Amino acid sequence: MMFAGETEGMGIPRVAVGDWIETGFNWARSNLGEVFALMRNGLETLTEDWLETLLTWPDALVLSVIFALLAWMVRDWKLGVLTLVLMVSIIAMDQWDNAMATLALVLVATGVALVIAIPVGVLAAKSDRVSSAVRPIMDLMQTMPALVWLVPVVTLFSIGVPAGVVATLIFCLPPGVRFTELGIRQVDREVVEAGHAFGSTPGQILFRIQLPLAVKTIMAGVNQVIMLALSMAVIAGFVGAGGLGGEVARAIGSLDIALGFEAGLSVVVLAIYLDRVTAAVGDGSGILTKLLRRRRPAPEQVSATEPAGTDVPTVKNA
Amino acid sequence: MSAFENNPASAVRVQNVYKAFGKRPESMVKRLKDGATREELRSQGTAAVIDASFDVPPGEIFVVMGLSGSGKSTLIRTLNGIQPATSGSVEIFGQDITKVNTRRLRSIRREKISMVFQHFALMPHRTVGQNAAYSLEVRGVNRSEREKRANDALKLVGLGGYGGMRPDELSGGMRQRVGLARALAAETELMLMDEAFSALDPLIRKEMQDQLLELQQDLGKTIVFITHDLNEAMRLGNRIAMMRDGRIVQIGTTEQILNDPANDYVAQFIQDVDRTRVLTAGEIKEPPVALLGAEQGPRAAHRLMRQHQTSALCVVNQSRVLQGVVYEHDIAEGVAAGKETLAGLLKPMPAAREETYLAELMTAASEHAAGLAVIDDAGKLLGVIPRVTLLNAMADPTPTSSVQTIHQEVAA
Repeated sequence: MMFAGETEGMGIPRVAVGDWIETGFNWARSNLGEVFALMRNGLETLTEDWLETLLTWPDALVLSVIFALLAWMVRDWKLGVLTLVLMVSIIAMDQWDNAMATLALVLVATGVALVIAIPVGVLAAKSDRVSSAVRPIMDLMQTMPALVWLVPVVTLFSIGVPAGVVATLIFCLPPGVRFTELGIRQVDREVVEAGHAFGSTPGQILFRIQLPLAVKTIMAGVNQVIMLALSMAVIAGFVGAGGLGGEVARAIGSLDIALGFEAGLSVVVLAIYLDRVTAAVGDGSGILTKLLRRRRPAPEQVSATEPAGTDVPTVKNA
Repeated sequence: MSAFENNPASAVRVQNVYKAFGKRPESMVKRLKDGATREELRSQGTAAVIDASFDVPPGEIFVVMGLSGSGKSTLIRTLNGIQPATSGSVEIFGQDITKVNTRRLRSIRREKISMVFQHFALMPHRTVGQNAAYSLEVRGVNRSEREKRANDALKLVGLGGYGGMRPDELSGGMRQRVGLARALAAETELMLMDEAFSALDPLIRKEMQDQLLELQQDLGKTIVFITHDLNEAMRLGNRIAMMRDGRIVQIGTTEQILNDPANDYVAQFIQDVDRTRVLTAGEIKEPPVALLGAEQGPRAAHRLMRQHQTSALCVVNQSRVLQGVVYEHDIAEGVAAGKETLAGLLKPMPAAREETYLAELMTAASEHAAGLAVIDDAGKLLGVIPRVTLLNAMADPTPTSSVQTIHQEVAA
């Protein structure tokens, strides 16, 4: 225990929490350097070499049309038209390549976040112990001022896109866990009980009952994850993640109002698009989900040659 | 309970089952066994089921009846281990499920036990057909086979052709039919029904009860049925277990419970039962005082009536098939007229089957002084129900103060 006597409170010892954490990060850097280098390379390849290349490969207008078609498929033609207008406005502001770089970063961060968050959420829903262990960690990740994460991330991953992805990841992960846990806990207890009563294995209960019934809530979580990722992706511009965030950082450095707003508006446009599309997927209102869900006609109905008899009970709300 | 021991023929055999919820259920059970009451343990948790023992033979509908909080829903859940018993044994077709591992328990649930739930517990993301086929899917039956069997089960409950719909497109009664079909498709010998009809409105409920009784007659399942409605319990149950505060206070047939309530609690309950809708003609019939052969004459009838001090006689042929009834004044006229046969003296007699509810006998009883006859399918006379018997059967055995008996000696 240190008694440096430097705190303002009377006789309360100065606890060097910051120093300890720093020591921890330094230790990690010097001892697990290779692991971080590996992660760094992986994230770099995934984000910059693959996804960003893919997104910037077709002509901007062609990709805008593809985005619009996607929106039409998950919701309706109105969202498709809106998407086209929004995307063309990004092209008009000359931010297309930056927007695609940011989109790549957001998609990678979201993807990794979900791969971690959904299994953790499932475990937290199954066990109260896991749930109460995970909750404070989630709180810490979410409420710690976002910029604070940038410093240690840079020490571990150095300046660049991977640092941006990891900082984004930390910030956007919690809602994925929380919504998954909530979604599964909200599934009607009696339905799960019915699953048990007919002798389902835990795997059958999870994949045939709980996850399908939690999917709406989980999609709301995915939506939140993407929105947080987008807001953090801009902050990540300060650690060299490039894209729209990089433009914003540059605009602040050079007091360039025009550039700042053009990059900022492009972020807003991306946010609107991603929000509407993920929300529509969660609702399951579009053609795509209808196509996926279309039930094949039961053989009984096809072969039923007798007209609907009077002894068949009438259907309510049919 | 010793009478049931070494009786592997039981479908369900529950012995001294306790179920406690709390931090330390075992110690709660130990205290219960030492004589602690449910109330004394309130601070530690809930003693849901206390020392329950019963035995259900195959093919019986066994009803567990109790108010909410009496532990009946927990009790039924110990039968398939969804709520494992804290202490005691639960044998399902001879296998003690409290002593098997989870894998074995799952396979017992898959093959031996199905369940119907109060709020249907259908899976809203699946079609009616997929819901009905769930148990078969879990068992790994191939698609065409399980679709066929699910469809058969849906037809049994009157929902043939609805397989492609979603549960939320159906009314409450139809949803519970799907729940029933799901249980029937599993083709298990034992069916657990947890307040299965309680969420339905009265008309639909009665319809479902009738359907269940019909299915039971055709399929011969063993059914453990939970309800808080005594009328329902008495309509469905071969035997009824009355539960209160976690304990089974009485097990018996409808008649035993109505006529011989084990304690005040049960007695209080049966006050509200509409006896005319739970008691049947077969349960209250009496042997006829005397019978007149159809070939006998008015004189023989007259002698029989005097001998037994009765004013009406049932007339049967040689194979005991009911022919009608003769009344005293007709016989007296017949004797006076010197008739040799009963021709012209025979009057019609109302006759009911054994399973007819008393409510349906009232009108006939009010119109015929001789009361009613009870006959079998072939028309054979099984017994009679005089009006007095009918009135007595409907009467509550507990004394009531709203009727006073008046008896004033007239002064000489």
